[in-house]
Amino acid sequence: MEPLNNIPLQHKVVIEKLSKPYEIPFTKALKGFFEEVTLLTKFTFRFFKEVVKPRYEFNEFIRQSYLIGYKSFPLVAITGLILGLVLTVQSRPTLAEFGAVSWLPSMVAVSIIRELGPAITSLIFAGKVGSGIGAELASMKVTEQIEAMEVAGNNPFKYLVVTRVLATTLMLPLLVIAGDTVSMYGAYIAVNIKGAISFHLFFLQVFESLDFSDIFPAIIKTFFFGFAIGLIGCYKGYNSNNGTEGVGVAANSAVVYGLLSVFLLDMIAVQITSLLT
Amino acid sequence: METTIAEITHLKKSFGSNRVLNDISFAIEKGENLAVLGKSGSGKSVLIKCLVGLLEPDGGKIILLGQNILGLKEEELNDVRKKVGFLFQSAALYDSMSVRENLEFPLRDLKSKPQKEIDTLVIEALKNVGLEDAIDKMPSELSGGMRKRVGLARTLILKPEIILYDEPTTGLDPITSEEISKLILDVQKKYNTASIIITHDIECARITANRMILIKDGMVLTEGTFKEISESKDEWIRSFFNRPKE
Repeated sequence: MEPLNNIPLQHKVVIEKLSKPYEIPFTKALKGFFEEVTLLTKFTFRFFKEVVKPRYEFNEFIRQSYLIGYKSFPLVAITGLILGLVLTVQSRPTLAEFGAVSWLPSMVAVSIIRELGPAITSLIFAGKVGSGIGAELASMKVTEQIEAMEVAGNNPFKYLVVTRVLATTLMLPLLVIAGDTVSMYGAYIAVNIKGAISFHLFFLQVFESLDFSDIFPAIIKTFFFGFAIGLIGCYKGYNSNNGTEGVGVAANSAVVYGLLSVFLLDMIAVQITSLLT
Repeated sequence: METTIAEITHLKKSFGSNRVLNDISFAIEKGENLAVLGKSGSGKSVLIKCLVGLLEPDGGKIILLGQNILGLKEEELNDVRKKVGFLFQSAALYDSMSVRENLEFPLRDLKSKPQKEIDTLVIEALKNVGLEDAIDKMPSELSGGMRKRVGLARTLILKPEIILYDEPTTGLDPITSEEISKLILDVQKKYNTASIIITHDIECARITANRMILIKDGMVLTEGTFKEISESKDEWIRSFFNRPKE
């Protein structure tokens, strides 16, 4: 019999592949999914463990809040303005058919404050901030910067992950409030394109149509959206591998899973809100 | 009397079915420069990553600064790590921080120190590597050699008892490589630190090492001074040192 050492490399590769137990792709995917969920759960528990433990990275938290919150405001503001304008312009003909154009400010306000404002801002935020965090941490991992922090006796999880997750959790609600406000200005401009309504009357109608049960649940759910976006971005970046290819994968999957988590949490939030109100 | 800074006994490490470290044992004394040579992929970097707890070995014992690091809790391990310097192959400077902030970062736990004292420490560390003018530069503005020097300054700032150099001259031109090698020697003389220098650069090992070990197939093939090893009759060692067969 031919000794194994004399077999050409390409044949060895085939033999190795064949000698491995065959795994059905679906089983493999399911196994991968549960492994990922387990790791993400562990990562979340570690976050809660580290967040209460001193030392507190206050300066880094402020810096991240500035980068994540303040630097995202222009994008959120532009999106919000366009959202208010477009929604108003698109809704006008339908309301006009029923002779209900005077309901335009109220309808737009309820739509934006309850759902569209938080959802659109969160999606924009997941795209901009989630991918940024994923790519930044992954490139730090690839260039051994995270290991360098670790061997210097510092806690990179606390410095990099805790500060970013806290910043996304607290900044997203603020951005949603800002985005909603700008959207209402956009709606005011759009109402005045084809009609005429005073600033005072427009906002009087807006606030008359809104209730606390419209505003608070919508804002509270964005804390959870922000937490999920930050946590997933950090998780994907912090645990990336495969060199520079891993940076792209981390950024991409941070956005994909971030968006998915926003939709899932939104669905849960809507169910809870409808049960409570 | 010499003191043992690190002692590694029967260290084993595998990644899946790939056994990288088979049975590694050696010790390093205070003030000694030990070069660890071996082919690329022979597990040299894995070895020093095990030494500082970045990787968990499958078996063996690591005594670092008098403590068995394999049984330590995270906080205890961090206390040991603060006495160990690590110069990464890529220097691993924090991209988002200036040179000054990079050097201040390891001092964060010493915030009780006045800022003036921290500034003095930063400037002193940069002077040691001849880069005090680069204090306000960003890592992206530095050349490969300068990055390595700043990395070394960041390592020196906590005045470690042992420094681990991971391929300190890789990717550098011969002149800069020699400068870095001489700098490693200066650091040894000035601070009396022990150093483990992971390299496959024979010239770097020749300049810096008091003693060398050669790794092959995850085991220590030979140990001795540069002269002893380079004059070995072993064919593999001769080819490693780029010397013709006898």
